[in-house]
Amino acid sequence: MVIGLEVHVELSTRTKMFCSCPADFGGEPNTHVCPVCLALPGALPVPNRRAVEFAIRAARALHCEIAAETKFDRKNYHYPDLPKGYQISQYDQPLARNGWLEIETEEGRRRIRIRRLHMEEDAGKSLHGEGDGEATLLDFNRAGVPLVEIVSEPDLRSPEEARAYLEMLRATVFYTGVSDVKMEEGSLRCDANVSIRPRGSSELGVLVEVKNMNSFRAVQRALAYEAERQARALARGERLERETRHWDEARGVTLPGRSKEEVNDYRYFPEPDLVPLRIDPAWVAEIEASLPELPEARLGRYQEAGLAYKEAWTLVAQRELGDFLDATVAAGAPLRQAANWLLGEVSARLNESGRPLAELRLTPAGLAGLVALVEAGTVTPTLAKQVFARMLETGEEPAVIVEREGLVQIRDEAALEAVAERVIEANPKVVADILSGKEKAVAALVGQVMRETRGKANAAKVNEVLRRRLAELRQAEPRG
Amino acid sequence: MAWRPVHELAASGASRREIAELFVERAARLDGRVHAFLTQTPERALEAAERADRAGGGRPSPWAGLPVALKDNLVTRGLRTTCASRMLADWVPPYTATAVERLEAAGLGCLGKTNLDEFAMGSSTEHSAFGPTRNPVDLERVPGGSSGGSAAAVAAAMAPWALGSDTGGSIRQPAAYCGVVGLKPSYGRVSRYGLVAFASSLDQIGPITRDVRDAAILLGLIAGHDPRDATSAERPVPDYLERLEEGVRGLRVGLPREYFGEGVAPEVREAVLGAARALEREGARVEETELPSTRYALAAYYVVAPAEASANLARYDGVRYGFRAAGATSYADLYDRTRQKGFGAEVRRRIMLGTYALSAGYYDQYYLKAQQVRTLIRREFGEAFRRFDLLLTPTAPTAAFRLGEVSDPLTMYMNDICTIPANLAGLPAISLPCGSAGGLPVGAQLMAAPFEEALLLRAARALEAALSLQPWRPAAELEEVAP
Repeated sequence: MVIGLEVHVELSTRTKMFCSCPADFGGEPNTHVCPVCLALPGALPVPNRRAVEFAIRAARALHCEIAAETKFDRKNYHYPDLPKGYQISQYDQPLARNGWLEIETEEGRRRIRIRRLHMEEDAGKSLHGEGDGEATLLDFNRAGVPLVEIVSEPDLRSPEEARAYLEMLRATVFYTGVSDVKMEEGSLRCDANVSIRPRGSSELGVLVEVKNMNSFRAVQRALAYEAERQARALARGERLERETRHWDEARGVTLPGRSKEEVNDYRYFPEPDLVPLRIDPAWVAEIEASLPELPEARLGRYQEAGLAYKEAWTLVAQRELGDFLDATVAAGAPLRQAANWLLGEVSARLNESGRPLAELRLTPAGLAGLVALVEAGTVTPTLAKQVFARMLETGEEPAVIVEREGLVQIRDEAALEAVAERVIEANPKVVADILSGKEKAVAALVGQVMRETRGKANAAKVNEVLRRRLAELRQAEPRG
Repeated sequence: MAWRPVHELAASGASRREIAELFVERAARLDGRVHAFLTQTPERALEAAERADRAGGGRPSPWAGLPVALKDNLVTRGLRTTCASRMLADWVPPYTATAVERLEAAGLGCLGKTNLDEFAMGSSTEHSAFGPTRNPVDLERVPGGSSGGSAAAVAAAMAPWALGSDTGGSIRQPAAYCGVVGLKPSYGRVSRYGLVAFASSLDQIGPITRDVRDAAILLGLIAGHDPRDATSAERPVPDYLERLEEGVRGLRVGLPREYFGEGVAPEVREAVLGAARALEREGARVEETELPSTRYALAAYYVVAPAEASANLARYDGVRYGFRAAGATSYADLYDRTRQKGFGAEVRRRIMLGTYALSAGYYDQYYLKAQQVRTLIRREFGEAFRRFDLLLTPTAPTAAFRLGEVSDPLTMYMNDICTIPANLAGLPAISLPCGSAGGLPVGAQLMAAPFEEALLLRAARALEAALSLQPWRPAAELEEVAP
């Protein structure tokens, strides 16, 4: 199976690609429009410098080369929500080329090449059947919103790889801060070119374009379906058609779209209303220097620190967790321990509440403090969870909570012996069992001690003290 | 009075109200025969005049309160802008073109919107959905196109000056046919924002005036960088009047052979050569030269212009504004019907030509080739302007022809043969009257290197002064109804 992905990312600039209308998502229909984005006669586009900057930012994060000179072209086609009757896009001189992303595959890390990244504008939105009867309503708020299209080489070999690539791409673009890359809101859109060929063959099969996949899961499912469909068709001796198919999420199938008779001739030609852009290398360098650490590097760093790939990826893909982890490490916590908290308790809380991390009353310094208390043996892991819960409630430093609530671990042997003595006296039956050889029953006594100390006792010490006392009892017993 | 250029009117001592009334009345009385206007706006002209009179010394510019006619492909807020097309017959724009805004800021009042070939496609102003304009010099003849309405309005003294647009000669050729001055500025000199696009890489707005000084004044008012047009040049605007009278002594003027050859009427050739001799008398060094790529210019133009037009006109789909055909059953049907009925034959012809030239398999053969020719022409001009300050040619190969006389599109396209190269190369070029052919005006064209408008105007002024021709008087039928 050979897959190439075409990914559209909406840039979150304040204004549109070619005019100064607001580019935010939503808004009452047709309130964010002007003569330029409605393509009124006489209106002219002017490129948004910020959008170009964002596109360069994304391109450099994807390791693309930035063109010294780039131009815009007109892509001609008709659709009621395309106001000019053409889309301003880029054809033979895209902003950026020859990038790559590394993904984890079954055979280990693999580099997926990126053919090009170019800028273009979004179209409006058709709302079918929302007005009176069968009328189609048009909302042009989105018309002219800046997009980048990122086209991969056909380097992907399975639906899982396609998903991994898309996830890595999404995370990378998200880290650059140029888009919120939400698939459900359409700010990340993905089309796939799929073909299958016999194993070992280098010849490409008939290409099918799959559209309308609105989630990562959908991408994976649609591609799996398509591979199966194409393989079966070939097995039946059918000839595959070069076509566009749409993923039907509800039915879990791809359905044919435009047939080849209607294949569009976009009649690209250079946009005469815009002059070619010369990209200053110093500007690119400046943009590049402002990039944060990117997912690939962060992933590598976490793996080197001993995290398994899946653990590391979880922390990278959810940037807020990764950022929190790094801040916690900066506050003095060992990465492994801090990561355990974030992957465990913290993630559980987040899943429970459905809220973002920023809304938890937890600071990196607080978490680092908690880790330190555990490391120092001041609190037991069990106690630590209690302290953690209290931290979220009060927002206090862990040391403060431990101090006030007396949650310090009891390691003092004399104190533990006293408790052990009480427990032994109160449970003659259990003691008898142990003395008669049921060694496992010791655990019950340990549990009792822990209960008595409200979890504060150091479990190892308790074990030690109990066993010593039991040994004494065994010796004192008359031999029969 | 109405025959005097604007700079003289302004200095005449007449109130702006009197001046504006003069033109308002002439337009009301004479336009029935000429049909230069699609929309007359006497109230706008008079209001601006009164405002200027009231402002007295506080006028925004020396030209405040003077009326101006605007080609009807310049969008004007609140005032219907039709492009002489059924497609936009009722369209009232919510915004104003930059060039017009600048005139308004200078206090000028709009007299009306003038007729044109539909979407500026044509060389005769016969291809208007609202009927042709007639040449005021001879009402049986065309005024030229596509800014025929603006040229005719000035030639009949229904407007003291006007704005036109020039894609392949649309200002200069009608100016030549009507016996007035027409200037196409360098590409990028005047903002195209609000000029309804025909061919974006060729279109430029410019003045049509009674004399060269007026052209310099009007250009000065509309020129300059506009952040709303990415192709507008970020160069300062010189004072075009400052050195206007300095003459042509020592300037080198080239006469490119290719512009005087086959198809050029002998009387036209003679009149332009007369202009060359006049320049020589004034101290210019005139010399014959060659621009061999000229012969490919027309072909290149008729690929590039329709290609861009086909895309520029794609937006007229009946969805958001303008004409919408009734009875459509689907979007595709709506689109087809709307464009079938909304556009005239010439516009449809050019859309088809352009679509074809850009389509898969023909792009390299036509569009790309045409762009290569364009580069060649541009380079050739660049070399010519190393040897010459100016080039002198006829503006059009013949004088104005009769309405309906030219029915074959190719013959019609030949009328722009002398003007098209300047558009392909982005040069400034001016046409001014230089004599007559069969009793009709003949125009001489001067071209200069990009952004050398000041030099161009200075040479044109010298030629105008040297020739000292009487202004072209309109046809007897018009004189009868004129005061």
